[in-house]
Amino acid sequence: MNRIADLFLTFAKIGLFTFGGGYAMIPFIEDNCVIKKQWISHDEMMNITVISESTPGPIAINCATYIGFKQKGIGGAVAATVGMALPSFCIIFLISLFLDHFLEIRWIANAFRGIKLAVGILILDAAIRMIRKMPKKPFTIAVTACAFAAMLFISIFSVRVTSITLMLIAAMIGLIAFLIAKGREGGAG
Amino acid sequence: MNLLNLLIGFLKVGLFAFGGGYAAVPLIRDVVLSYGWLDQDMLTNIIAISESTPGPIMVNLATYVGSIQGGIIGALIATLAVILPSFIIILIVVKLEKKLLKNQYVQAALSGVKPCIIGIIGATGAYMILQHVFTAFPGGTADITAVIVTAVLAVIYFGSRKIFKRGISPVLLIGIAALAGVLVYGVQ
Repeated sequence: MNRIADLFLTFAKIGLFTFGGGYAMIPFIEDNCVIKKQWISHDEMMNITVISESTPGPIAINCATYIGFKQKGIGGAVAATVGMALPSFCIIFLISLFLDHFLEIRWIANAFRGIKLAVGILILDAAIRMIRKMPKKPFTIAVTACAFAAMLFISIFSVRVTSITLMLIAAMIGLIAFLIAKGREGGAG
Repeated sequence: MNLLNLLIGFLKVGLFAFGGGYAAVPLIRDVVLSYGWLDQDMLTNIIAISESTPGPIMVNLATYVGSIQGGIIGALIATLAVILPSFIIILIVVKLEKKLLKNQYVQAALSGVKPCIIGIIGATGAYMILQHVFTAFPGGTADITAVIVTAVLAVIYFGSRKIFKRGISPVLLIGIAALAGVLVYGVQ
């Protein structure tokens, strides 16, 4: 089969069968691209995961772009990325046409009142999992705690500061901390 | 104008949402609420639907918001906008053979951004829970039914990990929550 078509179809399959997004997709991508197709090695797959954590965007999209590009250049990157996004695009587009009517049905609306309560738990859990994996240095703990307090304050009192601003401030703090540490090293040496 | 806002709004999300999955929720919330595209309740519904359908949550949300704001064209623009920044950045990273990410200044900036994101996600989750268990948060009174249902769901979700190795999946938790919603609110 044409490699471009193969990339598109493989990632469309991954996009269709992986629920939940994020890290839930990694084992499935590994199974298809490392074990079955042997497009990349296991080490490369680990690298992609690390790169995905340090670059913006959905991890699944990052993986698709990376693997597609390594296999077939820009064309491969486009085929894999579009393949990855297409199934969920179609499904959500269909849902968007009907959801308002669905929510007018009383028991469905009630089901969503219950679901709402679960979503907060899931998001909090995502943060807890990330804290567990985080290196427990005083600096990272302090930044996490400050960001938590600032974001909660912003949300509760509807302050017009976005999370992007907080992230840019955190990036500057990271840089300043690095420069101070470097300056000290230079002074000592 | 609306299509241009969709493009700009979701480019912002795609450019600043590190980590994928729920990490994108605080940012999407900022953008979607500030443009008035969805209210908090509808946003929560879409997050739950995204969790229960395949594909990355960020892409799902972009498609949904794009579709209700600008039909199929809106859906295409929002979805492409959310994907485009990461697509371009990955190409650059591959080209530079990861040198960029090993750069000490990039590493230093990321060392601040990563823990900050964790704090932002935690605060968003905590705020959403507070908002759902109080009638008019901030202020208002606690909705006892919602408090009990939330507590039961949390015990089931976190407790299942103590009993089974992997615990129950997010999709199963959403299913249980839907059932609880019908049972609790359906009879009132």
